[in-house]
Amino acid sequence: MIPTSFDYTRPSTVDEAVSTLRAAGEDAKILAGGQSLIPVLRLRLAAPSTLIDLGGISDLVGIRSDGDSLVIGAMTSHAEVAASDLVRQHAPMVAEAAQSIGDPQVRHMGTFGGSLSHADPAGDLPSVALALDAAMVVAGPEGRREVAAGDFFTDHFTTVLGADEILVEVRVPKLAGWGMRYVKFNRVAQAWAIVGVAAAVRRDNGGIAEARVALTNMGPTPIRARGVEQALAGADADLDALRAACETAAEGASPSSDVTASAEYRGHLAKVLSRRAVAAAAGL
Amino acid sequence: MTVTEERPAAEVGHARRRKEDARLITGRTMWTDNITLPGMLHLAILRSPMAHARIATIDVGPARELPGVIAAFSGRDLAEDMASLPCAWPVTEDMVHPDHLPLAVDEVRHTGEAVAVVAARDRASALDGLEAIEVDYDELPVVLDMEAALADGADLVHADKGTNKSFTWVFDSAEAGSGGNVADALDGAEVKLSRRYVQQRLIPAYMEPRSVVVDPTGDVFTVWSATQIPHILRLMIAMTTGTPEHKVRVVAPDVGGGFGGKLQVTPEELIAFHVARRIGKPVKHTETRSESMQATHHGRDQIQFIDLTARRDGTVTGLNVRLLANMGAYLGLVTPGVPILGAFMYNAIYKIPAYRFECTGVFTNTAWTDAYRGAGRPEATYAIERIVDELAAELGLDPMEVRRKNWINHDEFPFTTVAGLTYDSGNYEAATDKATQLFGYDELRREQAARRESGDLVQLGIGISTYTEMCGLAPSRVLGALRYGAGGWESATVRVLPTGKVEVVTGTSPHGQGHETAWSQIVADQLGVPFEDVEVLHGDTRTSVRGLDTYGSRSLAVGGTALVKACQKVIKNAKRIAAHMLEASEDDLEFADGTWRVRGTPDAGKTIAECALAVFTSHDLPDGIEPNLDADATHDPENFSFPHGTHLCAAEVDTETGWVNIRKYAAVDDVGRVINPLIVEGQVHGGIAQGVAQALFEEAVYDESGNLMTGTFVDYTVPSAADLPAFDTDRTETPATGHPLGAKGVGEAGTIASTPAVVNAVVDALRPLGVNDVRMPCTPERVWQAIQEARR
Amino acid sequence: MTRISVTVDGVQYQDDVEPRTLLVHYLREQLGKVGTVVGCDTSNCGACTVMMTGTSGRHSVKSCTVLAVQADGREVVTIEGLADMNGGADRAGRLHPMQQAFHEQHALQCGFCTPGMIMEAVDLLEANPDPTDEQIREGLEGNLCRCTGYQNIVRAVHAAAAATRGAEPEPAPEDVVPGPQP
Repeated sequence: MIPTSFDYTRPSTVDEAVSTLRAAGEDAKILAGGQSLIPVLRLRLAAPSTLIDLGGISDLVGIRSDGDSLVIGAMTSHAEVAASDLVRQHAPMVAEAAQSIGDPQVRHMGTFGGSLSHADPAGDLPSVALALDAAMVVAGPEGRREVAAGDFFTDHFTTVLGADEILVEVRVPKLAGWGMRYVKFNRVAQAWAIVGVAAAVRRDNGGIAEARVALTNMGPTPIRARGVEQALAGADADLDALRAACETAAEGASPSSDVTASAEYRGHLAKVLSRRAVAAAAGL
Repeated sequence: MTVTEERPAAEVGHARRRKEDARLITGRTMWTDNITLPGMLHLAILRSPMAHARIATIDVGPARELPGVIAAFSGRDLAEDMASLPCAWPVTEDMVHPDHLPLAVDEVRHTGEAVAVVAARDRASALDGLEAIEVDYDELPVVLDMEAALADGADLVHADKGTNKSFTWVFDSAEAGSGGNVADALDGAEVKLSRRYVQQRLIPAYMEPRSVVVDPTGDVFTVWSATQIPHILRLMIAMTTGTPEHKVRVVAPDVGGGFGGKLQVTPEELIAFHVARRIGKPVKHTETRSESMQATHHGRDQIQFIDLTARRDGTVTGLNVRLLANMGAYLGLVTPGVPILGAFMYNAIYKIPAYRFECTGVFTNTAWTDAYRGAGRPEATYAIERIVDELAAELGLDPMEVRRKNWINHDEFPFTTVAGLTYDSGNYEAATDKATQLFGYDELRREQAARRESGDLVQLGIGISTYTEMCGLAPSRVLGALRYGAGGWESATVRVLPTGKVEVVTGTSPHGQGHETAWSQIVADQLGVPFEDVEVLHGDTRTSVRGLDTYGSRSLAVGGTALVKACQKVIKNAKRIAAHMLEASEDDLEFADGTWRVRGTPDAGKTIAECALAVFTSHDLPDGIEPNLDADATHDPENFSFPHGTHLCAAEVDTETGWVNIRKYAAVDDVGRVINPLIVEGQVHGGIAQGVAQALFEEAVYDESGNLMTGTFVDYTVPSAADLPAFDTDRTETPATGHPLGAKGVGEAGTIASTPAVVNAVVDALRPLGVNDVRMPCTPERVWQAIQEARR
Repeated sequence: MTRISVTVDGVQYQDDVEPRTLLVHYLREQLGKVGTVVGCDTSNCGACTVMMTGTSGRHSVKSCTVLAVQADGREVVTIEGLADMNGGADRAGRLHPMQQAFHEQHALQCGFCTPGMIMEAVDLLEANPDPTDEQIREGLEGNLCRCTGYQNIVRAVHAAAAATRGAEPEPAPEDVVPGPQP
């Protein structure tokens, strides 16, 4: 298939992109890597009037360290994120999740910011961003603002981004002394997650001091498994304790039933995978 | 038991690298979609979003107004040109056979059915044109479930037919005289098992989407198509369009896989033909993948009710099979025959005294079904191999021992089965012994016991499949008796050029099988010419005049034999020439290594090449001889061939998530004499992968409205390299006895064998948890559900 | 129409394209590079894989999921230019070690997935010159093949890796001479 016709622009600065976006109106779409958008256009499930390609804005590419944070440019490819020593050192789960996306070709073109802005409930990066309390840096006509990951995702394929706003970079806190693991469960290697679990654990005196657990594809947005996190705080670092703590993983979630899996099975997987992700993050 | 005679073989048996590869690895391949002709228009086809509806109004006018659009037609616009697509296999006299027009005129009966076509200067404009077409549909009730479709008062797919039943076809060994009465076996059975197995619907998913180019020039139509069956297609175009057969040329250029999915006369081919004929310009249609998923014919989709009776010692006494086969909305080229082919395979390698088979073909509002790798035989093999495992479990016996107790021993061949076929050769003991060794059967059984003992969360299961199948389709008389519309012969031509190089024309139509290589090996040995000196031509009805194409693992056993016969004729033709040149009596000549020699005078000889040059010049030939060495031959097999083998699968099952990991897979196949071991190995690997895909990954799913939920590769999960294990393969070699090559066929064996091996392994892993079946595909969720149900 | 400048298989082209034109259709229909094929419309099958330069060097991409306008200013290598990718004469019959290995190891049957499979395998070895079986299988997760069961493809990638390293090549599959069997 071939997309319907659209106009195309490739701004070279963020300001230019924002003003172009504003001028182009509601039917305009941002093109980042295009790995989710282009198939949608090809199947003619969307017909934007204009595509604004961020591929010409070199400022949006790159990974840098900034004090307590790691800053990942929105147009940095998944492959670059997965291979980055900085990411592997300070937020290894981000590299793990990026490596689990799609396949090598998709990871070469697909971008970190594009994935987060697309907000696919089955996307891997949103739950990781949520578990790590990442901050989204958003540029708009009024300048830049930061949005916490917990506030960023609002519904299926929907974020707080305004019609004239662009995600430009993501600030990921460096969690020194934490272990972390992203576990993805899918039907075939290149498939979307049926369920994914992002877990970060800080251990203390042989036990678990603090844990963060976020779930992929257990509802319209990524969600934190707060009950699990509370049960884990201060828990013994053994598998029985983890098993008990993770029993509540699916509580409050609203997973869908679709051709890939039933809601019931997703709920079950959330428990098992939470335990496994937490155990791996805790080094058990 | 047959034993291969010793003979020198310069080419046959060697792992020749393929001739085909040179163009395929460099991107110089001639796929149909690569063809561009001057003035060629691109077609796009509008497809029904409804599973069952009357077309109230349809207006293609707005599409015609768009820039770049040259023409647009609805089914009504082409109604007087079109005839029903053919079904060549009316399996019963009273089979219900509804018309199937290439473009729907009044009613659509499955999502994806073609309703209109746009011809435009380029692909994108043609697609834009589709969006401008206005269609009003009046929805009709949708029938999807086969059992519901057969119930009294069911809504009808074809209201004018008054029924959703196409046919019921029965084989009864008591009536056929090939065995006893199954009712008696059921009555007196010491053990009786009854099972219901579901063969899920599959999509062939050949990698090259179908594509067709039609070029009308004068009164001749040249049709290039990504098809397995150029010869049959030509005949059917002639029969359904009124264009005389000699005015139709069909070419199958390079074709990117078929697996039965391109064994069809398709609506798209006929739509392209009719548009080209109407507007007098060349046209091309290449389907998109999402279009292909809903419009190509699907495979499998059967419900199998199977009863197996046995004595308590494990001896099988009877087999009763009742089958519901989903035809989809229409009958394709061989749709009704697919489950009937399976009828002869349920008894498999076993000596079963009584057998009854009954199949009912059912219409539903789904895409048509038809041949898919194995076509009827994988379904049969699955059911029998699954239920033999269940019998072993019921009796507390090792499943291998139950098989040994019932299979045909190697010294009992030839053996006429309860289904009436005569298996000419086989050695199940040898293949099984080799496979169990390759697999490490006993060691894996020990590990399984240990895991069961310790209550490991990851359980180990061992699955066995001792399969056979029927290849070399097919003896024409048998096909006639089964009411198939054509014969099963195959044809070959061998031409020796003046320089001694050889052109071979085959009626087979390869699409990945490597015929150019294997046929060259055969001819090189026969005529004593170098492998490199043979060129194999195929797939163009102008050069390959006679042929019945490639499917049903027939090409080597039938087409290869025709090739050998043609070579023998060439050698015979050369004999008189050689005798004349050697000034010897024909009676004194002997042929070896490509040379006719005078017996006892090894230095005096004439090669085939020398004879070819002599007939070319014709300066000095014996009186009355025709100056020509070339020969045609057509072979009609007297029997099928029967590959067999033993496949063993060790599967680890995560009992928490239901995840299945194939830990080890060993296969020993006996495909008769091997022409090219490299090609055979490749066919086995690919076949196993495709069978594993049915067992674990793939299923076409419709929602309750008849929308295909698995309409792209996102949801129809074809496994990648990362999802499959390596396979340990080996062979035994018991030649087929029906023809000089001794080859049996290998194209479908892996697919037929592997599905039950994998599912048997999954079930075996979970048997201690009380599980005795998992419906295919055994996705993690299905496995987990089976465990949950067993625990309740 | 948008003007693009793109180098394909070592030749620079300047063309006007519709923005909606996919890179693969630009290659096939405007440049006649039909060696790169289209197998699906959801970026799953990988048959259309080519190499393209980007912000971090040259990498494999699925040319059916890249717009031709996105290739503006970049270099693209297809199966047709692979043998000469790193310089050398544009000469018929030259094969890249990966093409040679696919032939030697019988890593293709119908051959439709082959151009994409070879391109991805080349990319894989550029990142990891001596991969394990598992790394090869994972690295090819975005390329579907329906014929081979992948086993000989894995074998071919090993063979190409060995050839590229100058190591002993994989033992070629042995000939089998038919003889009596039990």
